[in-house]
Amino acid sequence: MNIEGKKQIWNAYQKEIADNDYFYARSCIRQNFFPASEVTFLRILREELYKNIFDDPNHTTCTGIGYHSDIVPFDTIQTVVARQFSLMTQAGLEHMAISCVTSFGIYTEILDLWQHFPEQLEKIREYLYKATKREFNLPKNIAHTSDIIYKFRNEIAEKAKYKLINKQTGEPLNVVEHIGCHYAKMFPTKGVGGAEFPQVLVGMIESWGGNVVDYPERRHCCGFGFRNYLVQANRGYSISNTKKKMESMKPYKPDFIVANCPGCAMFMDKWQYTLAEMEGLTYDENGYGIPVLTYEEMAGLVLGYNPWDLGLQMHQVQCESLLDKMGVEYDPKAKYLDKNGNQMPLPEKPSCLKV
Amino acid sequence: MRNFGFTTTKSRTIEYEKIDKRLIGYILENEPSFNACLSCGSCTAICSAGNLTSFNIRKLSLQIRLGDLEKTHEEIDKCMLCGKCLLECPRGINTRNVIMLIKKGLTIFEIKDKA
Amino acid sequence: MIDVLIIGGGIAGIETACSLQDLGYETIIVEKEKTIGGHLNDWDTLFPTHRSASEVLAHYTDETRRRALTIYLNTNVISVKKQDDGSFEVHTSRDVVFRSKTVVLASGYRLFNAEKKEEYGYGIYDNVITSADLEKKLKQLNGEFKTPTDKVPEKIAFIHCVGSRDEKSGNHYCSKLCCVTAVKQAIHMKQLCPNANVFCCYMDLRMYGPGFEEMYREAQEKYHVQFIRGRLSEVGENANGTLQLKVEDTLAARPCKIQVDLLVLMVGMEADKSTELFQQSCGLQCAPNRFVKPKDHHIGSNLTNIDGFFTAGACIGPMSVFDTVNHAKAVAFSVRDYLNATK
Repeated sequence: MNIEGKKQIWNAYQKEIADNDYFYARSCIRQNFFPASEVTFLRILREELYKNIFDDPNHTTCTGIGYHSDIVPFDTIQTVVARQFSLMTQAGLEHMAISCVTSFGIYTEILDLWQHFPEQLEKIREYLYKATKREFNLPKNIAHTSDIIYKFRNEIAEKAKYKLINKQTGEPLNVVEHIGCHYAKMFPTKGVGGAEFPQVLVGMIESWGGNVVDYPERRHCCGFGFRNYLVQANRGYSISNTKKKMESMKPYKPDFIVANCPGCAMFMDKWQYTLAEMEGLTYDENGYGIPVLTYEEMAGLVLGYNPWDLGLQMHQVQCESLLDKMGVEYDPKAKYLDKNGNQMPLPEKPSCLKV
Repeated sequence: MRNFGFTTTKSRTIEYEKIDKRLIGYILENEPSFNACLSCGSCTAICSAGNLTSFNIRKLSLQIRLGDLEKTHEEIDKCMLCGKCLLECPRGINTRNVIMLIKKGLTIFEIKDKA
Repeated sequence: MIDVLIIGGGIAGIETACSLQDLGYETIIVEKEKTIGGHLNDWDTLFPTHRSASEVLAHYTDETRRRALTIYLNTNVISVKKQDDGSFEVHTSRDVVFRSKTVVLASGYRLFNAEKKEEYGYGIYDNVITSADLEKKLKQLNGEFKTPTDKVPEKIAFIHCVGSRDEKSGNHYCSKLCCVTAVKQAIHMKQLCPNANVFCCYMDLRMYGPGFEEMYREAQEKYHVQFIRGRLSEVGENANGTLQLKVEDTLAARPCKIQVDLLVLMVGMEADKSTELFQQSCGLQCAPNRFVKPKDHHIGSNLTNIDGFFTAGACIGPMSVFDTVNHAKAVAFSVRDYLNATK
């Protein structure tokens, strides 16, 4: 594999990412599945990088999941997005920092649509005004939050307490990176590195010491597929896609997977449990599964944050194997303590996947 | 194993490396002209059996090439051996012999239809 | 003032000069490279006869010497300007300014840059090469054929229409020669590696020329090359350096995965970048496919929108050696008719 060829493609797809003063657009599902990822993002931006980012309590879901499931009409989602822009405008900000890849795709698509069909933008301005008496400016810059971490990856590397290196062997950890489909497949120029060889997570992994695994099904969808997951009977499609990816990456013995999309991280983590229960399949050598991190969790580990503050105990595949490889110090007894130090109920153990 | 109300779906992707090549290998060895098939469909358009049943010699030969042999028995039995396809083929493939070789091959390799 | 200035010293330019000399005209050839022969220098064998390209090249080298043709090598044309008296002033990278009564553009084509098809991994995955790379490799072959990762290939795939008939590449047109080149190369690979499985993944097979269909049939019957009707969508690299191809077998209507040791991308022909230069300096008209637009597609394909400015060969669209030589012979008569009329 010739890395220079990849670099050439990366050079062709470098997008503008605002340097400071962001309006934060949260994801609706991330706070459930990776409960500390977003708070970690804010902590990194504010405490490590000294950036100004506004986390508005009035911000809502973008309704993307509803839109992609044929429940929310297109005019409605455009009006909801317009309302987020209105909150940004009200806060005196011009840069959107979007936490979710589905939302990022929605925002990108809607802005592109408004550019091509200005009458549609005018219609949505009218809808929003009629419904809420709100007005809005279009953002000057929109970035996915992984773009922002990518932008400051070297600053984070300078502050790193741990590297993505196996402490015992001194070898770089093998990391599978997975990019959400709606990050760059719809608009390759809106993603760092384009759609075929996205650089956004690769850049982080490499500057923090890891080795990126380029396996054949790297570009394949995680299988979320919205309506294909939401209807229980259809979930076979969804899990089969994840299975295909897991089987393709298995020979490379990845130490962990990192994803930039809420759905992808969730499915690649939780379907490992389901595949183990359904078919007895696990994808690491010892039957524990391959840990799946969000890029904020990966950055948090690198910066030396307490893994339990990062919420890693809430994942399906447990992360101790990874923590041990990286040499991260942690207190096993504190794993299920709440923030006041009280013991939380312990989760039930899966029958197949080891924990 | 636990039941979740859904199961994984078998992939429809043909993995070339996993194709059952026994039957196609046998046919090509004994009737090399079959290599020249263009999938033009003139055999199927003229087929006596194909006008009355699902028999499609073009499709069947593609399925055999891909090792998809689940219904070959049932399908091949529909052929009336009239030989019109032989007359029609622009590449001069001995389609009648191909049919006979399919029948023989199914017996030799003990290939059964999937129930 | 010379009669004809020919831009390009490939086979089109040399054949044009030979034919014009036979008609009694004085010509000058201006060639940007250090040798004549153009792309033919990089080619190993020619379809449909598998004849060595160097044989054809030798014919033109001999003719050049025998006829003592005037050729300026290492010379880049900078601009062509039509004068009030109808003649042309040609500025080049040399100090001398050429003046001629007519100009024949024989600048040929360039090959599609396969890196643009990012999903095929050319320039990234070691065992992905282009048809042009393969020709060079075959031309220099000494001993056993091996892949870039030094393996005797067991499975080889040829991908048709790379950068052709593809809106995403910016080329809507058919490059027309890649199909038969793939068949020729597939046969060559079977001759070199008889145990290899060789695949051609195509959208349509365009075997338009004499001997082409016969060659295709030979590839199927004699060499057992497997033709899969489907366009490659994505390439991935396996841990062992082999490549995973995703292509639909559209006749079977099933997605298909094939693991190969070598992937050959059949890159199409594109208008040479210099065509733009003539657009700017003398208002030469180009077609939407960026090749030079013939004045009359059927009965005046050597003429352009500029009187006295002619074309020979692949600067008007993809052409084989056969087409090119005929087109170059034909331009001599168009030039003669023009010079007679303006005498």
